Amino acid sequence: MKMFNRRSFLKGGLAGGAAIAAVGTSKQAEAAGSFGGYPDSMGVLVDLTKCVGCRTCEAACNKEQGLPAPDKSFDDPSVFEEKREGGLPRRTTEKAYTVVQKYDVPGREHPLFRKVQCNHCNEPACLTSCFVNAYKKTPEGAVMYDPTVCVGCRTCMVACPFYIPAYSYSSAINPVVKKCIMCYDTRLKFGKPPACVEACPQEVMTFGKRKDLLKLAHQRISEKPDAYVDHVYGETEVGGTAWMYLSDVPFDKIGYDTHLGDQPIISYVKEFLAVVPMVLTIWPALFTGFHLLSNRKDALKNEENKS
Amino acid sequence: MNSLQSKGFAPVVSHLKKDGREWTVKEKIMLGLSPKEYWAVQLRNPFNWVLWAIYAVGLPILVGRFIFGLGWVTHSSYDYPWGLFLGWGLFTMVPLSASGFMMGTTVELFGRKDFKPIERLGLLNGLLGYLFAVMFLQVDLGQPWRLIYPMFVSLGPAAVLFLVAWHVATYLSCQVAELVPAFAEWMGFPKAKQAIKKIVLGLTIAGIILSTLHQGALGALFTYAPGKVHPLWYSSSFQWFQFFVSAVFAGLSMLIVVSTLTKWFMRWRCDENYLNNLSKLTLGLAKGASLALITYLVIKIIGVAHDNDWQYLASGWGAWFMFEMVVGVILPLIFYTMAVRNSNASLARFSAFLAVFGLALNRLNTALITFNWQLYQEIPHWRELVIVVTVYATYIVVYRAVLARMPILYTWKENK
Repeated sequence: MKMFNRRSFLKGGLAGGAAIAAVGTSKQAEAAGSFGGYPDSMGVLVDLTKCVGCRTCEAACNKEQGLPAPDKSFDDPSVFEEKREGGLPRRTTEKAYTVVQKYDVPGREHPLFRKVQCNHCNEPACLTSCFVNAYKKTPEGAVMYDPTVCVGCRTCMVACPFYIPAYSYSSAINPVVKKCIMCYDTRLKFGKPPACVEACPQEVMTFGKRKDLLKLAHQRISEKPDAYVDHVYGETEVGGTAWMYLSDVPFDKIGYDTHLGDQPIISYVKEFLAVVPMVLTIWPALFTGFHLLSNRKDALKNEENKS
Repeated sequence: MNSLQSKGFAPVVSHLKKDGREWTVKEKIMLGLSPKEYWAVQLRNPFNWVLWAIYAVGLPILVGRFIFGLGWVTHSSYDYPWGLFLGWGLFTMVPLSASGFMMGTTVELFGRKDFKPIERLGLLNGLLGYLFAVMFLQVDLGQPWRLIYPMFVSLGPAAVLFLVAWHVATYLSCQVAELVPAFAEWMGFPKAKQAIKKIVLGLTIAGIILSTLHQGALGALFTYAPGKVHPLWYSSSFQWFQFFVSAVFAGLSMLIVVSTLTKWFMRWRCDENYLNNLSKLTLGLAKGASLALITYLVIKIIGVAHDNDWQYLASGWGAWFMFEMVVGVILPLIFYTMAVRNSNASLARFSAFLAVFGLALNRLNTALITFNWQLYQEIPHWRELVIVVTVYATYIVVYRAVLARMPILYTWKENK
């Protein structure tokens, strides 16, 4: 519930202006804190060592979310060779909430396959950057998006450190953000795992409480230290994510950004947010003072003329 | 119009014609010319030919953007959600329009009445710049008809953009109010002018608060993308301050640029008071701009030092950064200082063009060029560029139309 305190403080500071900000200063220590995530939120542990790149998860996602038919069928391996601008591998789009990428790793027997979708951050950048509150982090762990209030400023896409949200630019009437919602309204809400997790024939993904998954992840690493890199990607990155990854190849070799840091994205914005109520309260008095100072000669003259 | 004036044409400066009758509103709109003369002047002006060419190409594409969607005019990039519409239209236009609050502060708050001849130009430059920044935003937003959602429908007050939205909206109203006197004189509504006079100090201080915060907030928007903006253009602690301080010299420099353009192309509309004071005032603005520039230069260096980004200076991006700093900051700083020392207004004007270029380069670097520096370079779609030119041309048309009519460059003569 800490998050609500922080948010309501910021609401006060920004919208209510001077008066509320003055009252709210005592809360500031708490306000500057980070939201560590809901205690019983769910998550998914992805063991990349097990993935064979069959793309069953992509097909399941497409069906569950009612997405348009793909350009190439889900059993066509040629998609792995497709490159987007800059020679980068395929990414999530308005038609695909999850995609599998292929990495040829020198020295590794088989190519490594990596499943990409929204990581459902504990303190999501998309959520904290949205000026119409279109995003919501549910206690179950999903990051939801409300298309009925979205204005289409696309700040969430700028803010997302994982380059996940896509936008239906092709629509003139109702363009919206398109991203994985962890099958919240059809499955997660009822305690069921997302469609992709259930569909995977290789049991690459494990669905469970995030805190249990973390234990499981570290247990796997300690049981087979040679089979894994000693890092659970998503445990601490940008404040922790609901989706976490195990790999036998260093994460920076397979497209993961390993320089994101442990702070949620909003923590980089807080220095400015703290300035806002101060400017609102200090500036009026300061500049009225400047006005009085710079016009003191005129004021003195007026006084003299009167006497 | 300049040539017309040399043939004896006298522009509208009061409610009364030479023969003592009052101008009608229609006649005022026609600049005191007969409709036939007015349209003949418009047709003769080669700049209008350029505008018509821009509209011939640009208007259909602008309409197409709303029929076929953003995907038709942009590359629909998921990696570069923001393109030229915001990079130029919002992030560059808004700091170039900081002149409004700067001139309000100088004249009304600090009591520097000697800047009065150029105050209204500063205010107008602010108002129109913001107005068209909103226009650019409307072109860019996926669902522009939901523009008021952050105000009344679904509020996300903890977001930086929420602050920008509210501040730009309130500041726009603030600037409209500050320009009511000019409109009131022209239309002949003395009461409206009096009403504003009473609240002008409040408006000015509101303008300073709103400007500090939203100019800064435009910078703070990029603090959401710590890994995406190149470290040399990124500073979690100082981004908002760098954007605010650069808006100060940008607003002043833009005012010098615009005043220079009026001096060249709209001389017929300027009165003696404006023309005779312009060189002196240009130097005054230059002094302010040079102070802002040195401040900006120092906090940019502090920004690099604070995050320990020195090693990036040796890279290609570092060279690009140095180019921006030398051409867009250090050279204008030197030229402004020389101009002030030697009372050389022409040098100050040249420097102003350079500083405006430097500001635009900085904003485009932050929003587009160095954005996603670890991915790839996005080249905007040609239709995106055409729309930017079209909307900017409209900004110039409206700007010129207001300058030609309302008492901005000249003092209104009240009837006795």
